[in-house]
Amino acid sequence: MQFLPVAKQKLNLAKNTMNGRRTQDRIVIALFLLPALILFLLFVIYPIFRSVYFSTFDWKGFGPAVDYIGLDNYKKILTDEVFLKAIKNVLIIITLSLGLQLPLALILAVLVGRDLPGRSLFRTIFFLPYVLSEVNTGIMWMLLYNADPTRGFINSIMVQLGFEPIAWLADMNVVIFAIFITLTWKYFGFHMLLYLTGLQNIPKEIEEAARIDGANSIQNFFYITLPLLGSTIKTSVYMSVLGSIQQFVLVWVMTRGGPVNASETMATYMYRFGFVRYQLGYGSAVAIIMFILCMIFSLLYQALTRKPDYITGL
Amino acid sequence: MNRKIFVLLSVLLAATFMLTACGTAAATEAAAEEPAMDDTAMEEAPAEAAAEPVTITWWHISTKDPALSDWQKMADDYMADHPNVNIEITVLENESFKTKLTTVMQSGEVPDIFQSWGGGTLKEQIDAGLLKDITADLDADGGAWRDTFAPGALAVFSSDGENYGVPWDMGMVGWWYNKDLFTQAGITDTPKTWAEFLTDVQLLKDAGITPIALGEGDSWTGMHIWSYLATRIGGEAAFTAAADRSGAFTDPAFVQAGVELQNLIDMEPFQDGYLGATHDEMQATFGNGKAAMELSGQWAPSVEAANSADGVGVANLGMFNFPTVEGGAGAITDVIGGGNGFAIGKDAEPEAIDFVKYLTNVQNQTIIGASGTGIPVVKGAEVGLTDPNLLLVQQSFAAAKYFQLYYDQVLPSAMGGIINDAVQKLYAGTATADDVAAEIEAGAQEQIK
Repeated sequence: MQFLPVAKQKLNLAKNTMNGRRTQDRIVIALFLLPALILFLLFVIYPIFRSVYFSTFDWKGFGPAVDYIGLDNYKKILTDEVFLKAIKNVLIIITLSLGLQLPLALILAVLVGRDLPGRSLFRTIFFLPYVLSEVNTGIMWMLLYNADPTRGFINSIMVQLGFEPIAWLADMNVVIFAIFITLTWKYFGFHMLLYLTGLQNIPKEIEEAARIDGANSIQNFFYITLPLLGSTIKTSVYMSVLGSIQQFVLVWVMTRGGPVNASETMATYMYRFGFVRYQLGYGSAVAIIMFILCMIFSLLYQALTRKPDYITGL
Repeated sequence: MNRKIFVLLSVLLAATFMLTACGTAAATEAAAEEPAMDDTAMEEAPAEAAAEPVTITWWHISTKDPALSDWQKMADDYMADHPNVNIEITVLENESFKTKLTTVMQSGEVPDIFQSWGGGTLKEQIDAGLLKDITADLDADGGAWRDTFAPGALAVFSSDGENYGVPWDMGMVGWWYNKDLFTQAGITDTPKTWAEFLTDVQLLKDAGITPIALGEGDSWTGMHIWSYLATRIGGEAAFTAAADRSGAFTDPAFVQAGVELQNLIDMEPFQDGYLGATHDEMQATFGNGKAAMELSGQWAPSVEAANSADGVGVANLGMFNFPTVEGGAGAITDVIGGGNGFAIGKDAEPEAIDFVKYLTNVQNQTIIGASGTGIPVVKGAEVGLTDPNLLLVQQSFAAAKYFQLYYDQVLPSAMGGIINDAVQKLYAGTATADDVAAEIEAGAQEQIK
């Protein structure tokens, strides 16, 4: 009985000194974070609020914004068919990316991650498109997609094989898939690299143990490799979705969102109104909507994938 | 609890730190500025006599020779004659120029001289108080400077009779055609009416030739056919009424323009994949002899050659004016066009205006004629024109009684995109002529005030 208060006192003492030291440490940490925080506030937070402010004006970018119109810009955007089309296109790109592009990257990562001859060569080749600038990629694929079989590589092959040439970038039903092919070509290497890094972190012993227990390579992949890659896949999916929402350069270079908005994405829609039509207030409102969508996705995604990797597997 | 207090504390700390940082920085800046300002104030009085140093900022978009070095040389020559003047040239690519100009204009900092196409965008800049009225300079000495210009071209850079800039060159859009392919299809004379035009399109198709090259991926290329039809059908009156809002873009002239364009589109006269083709690809198709015609500006001869496989382009090139539409109010001589010029920023010194005066003298204007970059706008400078294709343009231009500035330049800046996007739907078959007119009118009601 005597013992308890003393222990308590001691504990409290320890807690207090620890608290003191912790506070000190934290002040030091805060001071070190300060420069970054200032830059973050100045170049990220401030522009966001500035855009929110501009988005409530009918403003062309010349002189100060004076024509206050409240939420009219938002109402117009959310009821605009073209914007809804852009959202639909983004959803198509996300679905195809998650359904085709990432699995492809994963399969290739597993292949070039093995001890196969020439694997480092293939690794480099697969990663090469990602190194190329987006504008170059866009122009190159425009040449490949050219509707004239005597000038476009893809159509010339199709004609040789006896197919009808396809106007890849001019057909309103085809264009979004043509752009998806280019996106896949450009970005699968990046995701492959992510998976490769993840694969290297899986200890060989686990796979060996499983093999000794009689697991074949397919079982090995689904029960060992895939679950242990969970956190990498999580990152890769996250980046792929955000990248799709913000996709701009390739689309703008190749089709300008056309023909007739058939390949419009939210970002090209924003640019069309902000910098082609100079309706900067309207463009700002689009930017804010995109920001909110990205934000919602990020928070939801984090909440849904919070469980530890070894429980969910993904 | 502790944690919350701590977070609050660090935020407070950060805030105070920022405030002090800003405070001191601003203070030192002000302190540093003050003596500097005194210096200039003190120097100003005596310097008045001995030519005070002046810096002129000039932004232009001629990224290629010969215009690039021509303009640099003109600036160098001027600086040699005026040692106190320093001309800082900023050369920007077209799109980045527009973006950068918009950005600096938000802060009210405008270059002294910058590239402009006049019309609606210029008017918006004038309304925002960003430009300088140079009417007095034009009218000085009994209008000596004003009288050197072709009046139509000068008017493009004015608003309510006041000039805020001057033209540099002018151009126009017309049908460029491949004479050999026309002969091959048995066409002996260029079409004068829309009906003849459609007949010729059919003749070309029958001969297995693609009649028209189009780059509708850059939607403005196809918009020109629509705007020309509207000009031929409604004439000056219809457009003026729609633009000043006494009429509308749903008026019969604009709807009929859509219907006539639809008639053309229904004949499938364009190359495969024209909906996704760029302006360069359209020029390549025409330049490679794969299509008989294209509706394009005075730049067509050089651009189709540059984009063609052999770099030479169409061997037998000709141009004809857009045909008249039966019963339309517009004449065959009316042209749609536009050109480059210089707008004068609100803070421009008298030296900047003097330099622009120098730039647009007959001598310098003769140089652009001679180098084949454009049609000069100063009287007497057309003697420099030697290129036969540019002479064609110049003759059409000189014969024009009504000069219609490009729709996307005469109207407020947003209207260009609205019209382009609306007309593109006709080409894609997703809208009727009525829909297109209604969409443009809806945009106009919002944008033209």
